[in-house]
Amino acid sequence: MSERNAILGRIREALRVAATRPGSHPTPPMSSAAAPTPASRDRAAGKSTDGFARWLPRVGAGFDELAAAFAAASKELRTDFHVLELEAGADILLGALRDAQGWQRVASHRDPLTTRVAESLGLPVLWTEGGYDPLELERCDVGITACDLLVAQTGSVLVTSASAGGRALSVLPPHHVVLARREQLVSDLPEAFRRLQEKYRQRYPSMISFITGPSRTGDIERILVLGAHGPKQLTVLVW
Amino acid sequence: MTAPATQFKAAARTLAADLRHRSLIQTALGKYEVKRDEMKARFQDWEGARQAAADIKFEAINHLDRYLEQFVARIEARGTKVHWASTAEEARQIIVGICRDRRARRIVKSKAMTAEEIHLNHALEQAGFKVVESDLGEFIVQLRDEAPYHIVFPAMHLTRGEIKDLFERKLGDAPSDNPEVLTMVARRVLRQEYVAADVGITGANFAVAETGMISVTENEGNARLTAALPRTMITLVGIEKIVPSLADLALFLPMLATAGAGQLLSGYNTLYGGPRQPGEADGPEEFHVVLLDNQRTALLADAEQRDALHCIRCGACLNVCPIFRNVGGQTYGTTYPGPIGSVITPHLRGLQEWKHLPFASSLCGACSEVCPVKIDLHHHLLQHRRTARAAKPVWWEKLAFRGFALLVNTPWLWRLSLALGRVGQKFHGLVKGTKLDPAYVWTQSREAPALAGQSFKAWWRERGRGTTDHGSTGRRTKDQGPGTKNQGSRVTSHESRIPEERPRRSDDGRHGA
Ligand code: SF4
Repeated sequence: MSERNAILGRIREALRVAATRPGSHPTPPMSSAAAPTPASRDRAAGKSTDGFARWLPRVGAGFDELAAAFAAASKELRTDFHVLELEAGADILLGALRDAQGWQRVASHRDPLTTRVAESLGLPVLWTEGGYDPLELERCDVGITACDLLVAQTGSVLVTSASAGGRALSVLPPHHVVLARREQLVSDLPEAFRRLQEKYRQRYPSMISFITGPSRTGDIERILVLGAHGPKQLTVLVW
Repeated sequence: MTAPATQFKAAARTLAADLRHRSLIQTALGKYEVKRDEMKARFQDWEGARQAAADIKFEAINHLDRYLEQFVARIEARGTKVHWASTAEEARQIIVGICRDRRARRIVKSKAMTAEEIHLNHALEQAGFKVVESDLGEFIVQLRDEAPYHIVFPAMHLTRGEIKDLFERKLGDAPSDNPEVLTMVARRVLRQEYVAADVGITGANFAVAETGMISVTENEGNARLTAALPRTMITLVGIEKIVPSLADLALFLPMLATAGAGQLLSGYNTLYGGPRQPGEADGPEEFHVVLLDNQRTALLADAEQRDALHCIRCGACLNVCPIFRNVGGQTYGTTYPGPIGSVITPHLRGLQEWKHLPFASSLCGACSEVCPVKIDLHHHLLQHRRTARAAKPVWWEKLAFRGFALLVNTPWLWRLSLALGRVGQKFHGLVKGTKLDPAYVWTQSREAPALAGQSFKAWWRERGRGTTDHGSTGRRTKDQGPGTKNQGSRVTSHESRIPEERPRRSDDGRHGA
């Protein structure tokens, strides 16, 4: 407690002198606050989030445009993204992947979207809710999860420990498959944060993650390698 | 000269002449620049975004006490234990203490510059724990037993060949120097560590006051695993990482990725708000957040340079800095290299001992121009110089400036020295670049510009006389076309199309006379 008070005390002491705003150095006197910018006025008016969208990359509207944007981002990120007509399409697509990649074991969590699809593969399924052995999960070939949202602007998948079977399921198996409904595709990051707050305001899950493409690194000569620690492959199916 | 200054000068001299280093850095940063510009161009208004980000950080830092208290109250409500550390030593003790209490043996760590700042790995190893860095770049520099080269790209100074040799020596496994193969070697080694580790340590890029969460940005998924599998999770975070509201991240996350790595968004941007909650499948049983001051409040007390605390550690200023690009990251001998390092290190470790860093700058301002939160970096560098000299004047410098002032304020002395210089430079070639050269400090590594045969003033006077005395001769004759034989007809017709040009030009000439 005393460290806390000591640090807060030093902060309060320091803040007694007003700071110079960036961009207005070295103009004296230091105490005069610079004129409010559009951004700070928005903030004062309590509409900060809406403001951000106009600086960030432009995104279209309506499912088709958003899906096209998500597809374009996915191509750059090397995410496999498919828009399906029917849920049955997921079974067919995953069945083909199972055969092509020789999946032996599947990991998933119980969710209206995932349960039936995971079981349809006809392989042993490790369900993560209620706890599991990490070594077992590590041996699974694929993790199939639901998600909260898909973000068209950045090609991101938003998962939480509540919506995607915990923290490790979406990142430990070498292949991550995400299942989503059309209405989960949103335009941009400000919108994603707004929905996130609406959904969880009362009780936030302990982990919230924007996944943007498969795991990647450029740490050796800045050359892109996929699957550094997390999944080498990310497949997103929407219907 | 202080010890760090001597070290800096020696290392800088070697690296600046190292062509291999130069080509590596140029290639790596060349790729980065292309992607960064591409992503910036996708923003509807990058400058607007910068201003908004600067305003948000200004708000956060200038009400830091309030936001910190809010952050702590919210994150504790979800069962997190928050620790406060005034110094690096206290932070080390807290973290070592937690590991001891949990009877931990193995610790897995994701990238955290704050951990470098307090030399956490060393302290943990001294206390008998095995610590493994899980970020690939950090893993590589840890195997080499050295400090990260760059705050975002720790192993940027190594070739794939060097990394292959390293893996062969230390891991006994390196089938080829293909980056993909090498990455998979590290992946295999580190996978064991996540599952076996008792404690996971991470840093944080942001701390959200509104909801009480820390935000971690990464590309590899190593921090995700570090925060998922070990039973205890510890996050070390500088108190300046605060942002007021959750939605602020909608702006900061893409800006960090764009400025820092030329990505629109990094691979994983993850918020952690507590340990495993009731009903969740996994996650640590305990979550500790260690809030680190370590001189940040001293920087906060400097109202003029307080905005240096806005830094989101994107590394953009390093990437554009001509000094960084020539001398390399490890030369600085600091946790934070590059322009931001030269601004904050004097605050963190003492101005007099580290003043050589702000002096090692061309003051080109490239850093201030790219900084996504608009920190006035080069202004601060200049101010450090001023403060350092005001506190500790150097007698010969004062004398030299007084001499210089006398020289430029005394016309006859100035003319005399120029005349002497013009004579002197005829013989300069004999000693140029050798230790006998009076200008050796300059000429040992660069060409000295020659004094022109005629001063500007003399030329101006002569030219003025020329216009008055000879009317349309002098400079104008060249443009006149019809008057000179070797001008083509094209020029003539061009001239005739803009006749109004002529009177104006001769007016100018008369002004000069
Ligand atoms: S000072 Fe600015 S450019 Fe440099 S690392 Fe910090 S935020 Fe990035």
